[in-house]
Amino acid sequence: MNSIILRTATRFMLPLLILFSVIVLLRGHNLPGGGFVGGLLATSAFVLYAMAFGVPALQRLLRLPLTTYIAVGLGMAIVSGFPSLIEGGPFLYGMWGSFNLAGIGEIKVGTPLLFDIGVYFTVMGVCLMMLLTLAEES
Amino acid sequence: MIVGTLLAIFGLAILAPTLHRVLGRATGYVLALGPASGFVYYLTQMASTAKGEAVVRSWTWAESLGVDFAFRVDSLSTLFALLVTGVGTAIVLYANSYLEGHPKRGRFFGYLMGFMGAMLGLVLADDLILLFIFWELTSITSYLLIGFDHEREKARKSALQALVITGLGGLAMLAGLVLLGQIAGTFSVSGIIANADVLAESQLTLAAMILVLAGAFTKSAQFPFHFWLPNAMEAPSPVSAYLHSSTMVKAGVYLVARLNPAFAEDPAWQWALAGFGGATMLIGAYLATRQTYYKKVLAYTTVSSLGIMVMLIGLGAPQAAAAYILAHALFKGALFLVAGIVDHEAGVKDTEQMGGLFGKMPVTAIVAIVSGLSMAGVPPLLGFVGKELLLKGSLHAHGGPEEVAWLWPVIATVAGAFMAVAGFQAGVRPFFMKRTVEGEYPKPPHEAPLPMLAGPVVLTALTVIGGLVPILFAKPLIDGTAASIAGNSDTELVKLSAIYLATHPSTALLLSGVALVGGAVLFALRRPWRAITEPFDRVAQAIGCERLYHVLFDGTVGPTSLATVQTKLLQSGYLRVYVQVTVMTVLLLAGGLLLWRGDVVGLVQAAMPKFSEISWTEFLFEAVLVGMICVAAIAATQMRGRLSTIAVLGVVGYSSAVIFVLFGAPDVAMTQFAVETLTVIIFVLVVYHLPRFAVYSSKLVKTADAALGIAFGLMMAAFVVSSFAIEADDGISWYYNHFAFPDQAGEHAAYGRNLVNIILVDFRSIDTLGEIAVLGLAAVGVYTLLRLRQDRAPEGGMA
Repeated sequence: MNSIILRTATRFMLPLLILFSVIVLLRGHNLPGGGFVGGLLATSAFVLYAMAFGVPALQRLLRLPLTTYIAVGLGMAIVSGFPSLIEGGPFLYGMWGSFNLAGIGEIKVGTPLLFDIGVYFTVMGVCLMMLLTLAEES
Repeated sequence: MIVGTLLAIFGLAILAPTLHRVLGRATGYVLALGPASGFVYYLTQMASTAKGEAVVRSWTWAESLGVDFAFRVDSLSTLFALLVTGVGTAIVLYANSYLEGHPKRGRFFGYLMGFMGAMLGLVLADDLILLFIFWELTSITSYLLIGFDHEREKARKSALQALVITGLGGLAMLAGLVLLGQIAGTFSVSGIIANADVLAESQLTLAAMILVLAGAFTKSAQFPFHFWLPNAMEAPSPVSAYLHSSTMVKAGVYLVARLNPAFAEDPAWQWALAGFGGATMLIGAYLATRQTYYKKVLAYTTVSSLGIMVMLIGLGAPQAAAAYILAHALFKGALFLVAGIVDHEAGVKDTEQMGGLFGKMPVTAIVAIVSGLSMAGVPPLLGFVGKELLLKGSLHAHGGPEEVAWLWPVIATVAGAFMAVAGFQAGVRPFFMKRTVEGEYPKPPHEAPLPMLAGPVVLTALTVIGGLVPILFAKPLIDGTAASIAGNSDTELVKLSAIYLATHPSTALLLSGVALVGGAVLFALRRPWRAITEPFDRVAQAIGCERLYHVLFDGTVGPTSLATVQTKLLQSGYLRVYVQVTVMTVLLLAGGLLLWRGDVVGLVQAAMPKFSEISWTEFLFEAVLVGMICVAAIAATQMRGRLSTIAVLGVVGYSSAVIFVLFGAPDVAMTQFAVETLTVIIFVLVVYHLPRFAVYSSKLVKTADAALGIAFGLMMAAFVVSSFAIEADDGISWYYNHFAFPDQAGEHAAYGRNLVNIILVDFRSIDTLGEIAVLGLAAVGVYTLLRLRQDRAPEGGMA
């Protein structure tokens, strides 16, 4: 699609949409959201970009092949299961720790967060791979 | 250390492609360090395990299921571990030269090392479930190895055949192992053996035994499942040498040997092993005499040898079985490698088309002659010892039916003669006699490079040393293994020296001589023999087991094969048929169960009062949404264009999402919204490829579809409504609620307030892991189907 309005709007929208998807991902632990829906939102954002600028432009924007995104996502999900093994617990048992960030306060991080980020990347990679393969066909 | 050897080999499997990219030619030398160090480690264990000691390492794995990550190294395991790592080292070095310059060499090494690790794990595991996992891993990796030249149709089909046969057996075996674990009350192999008397009393033991043997017999190519093994010769020669001499096909023999102490007293066990083993020995050896292709000769003799090992265990001759396992691994491994060398350096695969190669490749020739004679059972080689013990074992059968005790030495001698024919065919024919075809060899024959010769030479040297000086390694391995197989240390042991056996007259020695002379005569008459037996082959091809396999599984046999029929029926390629099949299956299984076992009317009536609790305002919202969904759904069936259809289906989707919002499930609603949106985008992308919208269905088909749809809708409604009437046990809800927050569960909490998300990423994260793995696979599937179609060359793209 060759529309100046769409292109200009997309330039501003894309970062906001990605940011939104990340917020949805991160807040998922306490409020509605999570890696799955976050990944879907990110997909929508990138598809919007592909519509405005074309698939090759999106490929340049993403830099890495989508299989890498999928592999990294699955890898993060699997790796998040290991820390509990070291502690003698079952695979994928949630482990938590916290640290203090100046000005914000205590921040809790845990392996489920890593897992959810893995879900985010996998879902995004999978959906984009399917959509872009179809898009390249047409 | 046990786990260390395993991890090292699996680690190298993962690293192999990268290593190959970095190191190039030297990859094999680095990779060989893995199995070589394992070999050294198991050598150091040999002395203590031969005395009956065992090294045990165990970690709890899935406590609630009683499954442990347990390993146990006794003499039997040591023998197999030495074969896996020792022959493995030779194979890696050999393959490094054999596949020199092959574009997929890195991948090949990955498969090979993966297989090696799986096989090593299999023979070390002391837990039935762990053993089964390694067992299946060997099936999968061997599938990749046999089908390595996947651009050839035959290679693909043979690989698939091996996978289907061993996979089916593996499934039966899983059932058998679980049953066995249930009867004995433990999955520990040593625990089950210790509980042999519990097994003897149980009614279910026979069923478990049959199921386990189904797995062992398919894996070890016992008649009538033998045919996959010769077909698997499509694999590259190093793979055949490894998988079909000392490892994969011996997994079944290993399992039978391992479980023998638990069943040894059972007549059914003795009958099954002696009967199937004996039949396999005879049929395999007979078929081998009919072959002229080098690797096929070897493949059928392997079938026969596997039969011998199984039979000997069934006849209560553990020492003979152990001796034969070792002897066979040494001579067959060397011969397969020779077959690869001759093919690689002279370009010929048919032994009748070879001849006079002794001068061209003397080292290879000596290796082949010694190993071929060992297979034929000529003293003083280890193969002679093996055959002598086989004959002794069949003469003094401890197990098995007594009425037919005369049968075993007879068939063993006949099979021995057949094996001698094959031994001459493989060991002598290519190097001395004349070629049956005129002209030059396809490649100028020359000696193989050193790394390819190293393995076969060492194996052959061991064949000689093992026969002459058994005390060095053959005796501790064989006698210790015999004790492991028998389950006690008071088995009768024969002197293993080939010289002793050859100079002390016995019935076995006489039969051995008869077999050797018979084999020599038959070898001289091999052409008329092959002509005479030709008709039997035809009959076997027309009604044999392989034919049955094709009728069942092969889609190319024609419209009659079971695979073709069921594919046409269930997987026609029409989306609507898939939907129909799915809906009908659910309707039949779930709906049928609901009508049969559940009181639907009663449940719905019981649920009715709950609906009166709904307030007016809620009802108004719901009524509007449900009305919209209904109207849109009906409209979707009436639309005359794709865009309008997708639009009204969108109404159904978004309205359902709003219902989720209404019922306090914002997570589901959000996901539903996002999915609906992406669905529309997918539709827009594919709409150009679809043919013109048209209605092909007849009135009758439409009515049938509508009836199916309505029935499905009613069933789902009945399920949902009646679920209201059932007071659910809220243990799960309580658990999730309790463990979500630290204020209740303390340090065991999941630290989150969104239960849906916590269930997905914490409580049930292993489900999610499975789901995203499936998603990834689906994406690869879509990509492959759309991009790598045959009518276009593969191109670089997004993935």
